[in-house]
Amino acid sequence: MDQSVWEILFNAAIVNNFVLSMFLGICPFLGVSGKIDTGLRMGLAVIFVMLVSSSCAYGINVLLLRFHAEYLRLICYIAVIASAVQLVEMFIKKFSPALFRALGIFLPLITTNCAILAVALFQTMREYSFVQAFAFSFGGGVGFTLSLIIMSGLREQLDLADVPSVVRGAALGLLLAGILSLAFMGFAGIGG
Amino acid sequence: MAQGNPATTMDEFMKGLWRENPVFVMLIGMCPTMAVSNTVINSLAMGACAIFVLVMSSAVVSLIRKLVPKEVRIATFIVVIATLVTIVDYVMQYISLPLYQALGVFIPLIVVNCIILARAEVFASRNNVWLSSVDALGMGVGFTFALLCLGTVREIIGKGAILGIPLFGPNFEPWSVMVLPPGGFFTLGSWLLFFNWLRERRARKLKKAE
Repeated sequence: MDQSVWEILFNAAIVNNFVLSMFLGICPFLGVSGKIDTGLRMGLAVIFVMLVSSSCAYGINVLLLRFHAEYLRLICYIAVIASAVQLVEMFIKKFSPALFRALGIFLPLITTNCAILAVALFQTMREYSFVQAFAFSFGGGVGFTLSLIIMSGLREQLDLADVPSVVRGAALGLLLAGILSLAFMGFAGIGG
Repeated sequence: MAQGNPATTMDEFMKGLWRENPVFVMLIGMCPTMAVSNTVINSLAMGACAIFVLVMSSAVVSLIRKLVPKEVRIATFIVVIATLVTIVDYVMQYISLPLYQALGVFIPLIVVNCIILARAEVFASRNNVWLSSVDALGMGVGFTFALLCLGTVREIIGKGAILGIPLFGPNFEPWSVMVLPPGGFFTLGSWLLFFNWLRERRARKLKKAE
């Protein structure tokens, strides 16, 4: 793999957007994206955890390869992510109580966000170097935040609209996401 | 507990399949649902993997529920699930490599499938082995049912075929978009619309009957 850092970053954020073209992290995408503000905060928390856990996962993978224990990979990754989330939570609580209150329940929920584990798995599968892995996880996080913000902007507008009662709720969210996903397919030719 | 009571057992099973269907009613476990349901065969494979992990993890969690301290239970559940998923990962590679590649990263991602952790936490950690397994089986079958609902529609419209057998002859132009990511969102959205409509119609009928 000799892709440049920018190429990886752009690919992960826009062309292969985690939510809209790879179906990762749909649960928070549909659940949290009610307001732009919360969407943005959730996105920032995810970017942060992604960077931490992907760096840790890189180190773990090097160790596991040295000891020929690849079968432990999945268990180690999930343990790393859970503890990274825990650490981040304690760190934010200590240094910025205001931010901690703002993030609230979202922080512990990040553990079960499949986008985080997927970043770790993809970077192992594609054999990225450390810098490439860092760019990949940052791009993925930015892409996630971007789609969350777009979605919550649309939702805010829809609250004011008069939609038929059959469509209200998750069904409308999914149809919207489908249209967004169609729009993002337009980027497919750029990076590949 | 109602070990031998067939009514309760059946009830637990049907709950997962229909009344509390994880995908259509509770809206959890969406990521693998939409990502792998582009053909019927992928849906079936994913469903089988999920059923195996669900039933085994529920049984194990229920067995050890009295040994695990409350503070570390989530971590313990996750380790149990991750071990089972690692087994599935290797077994799938052995059984069928093309299928394994089609499902790709979504096999290891079963670990973070909310359905499995939710069943372990909500049901298996409070009930005996038999009931937990039945509950997990019901949920797993419900999940597979939902995957098949999506997979059938997407394969018929998107490829003009079912299980790889062409249905419409050479003049049919398939809507390839249905097999691609947007199709997943559209199909699930339409199914939800359909269920909403059914529910509203039933509510209206009940009102008329009164």
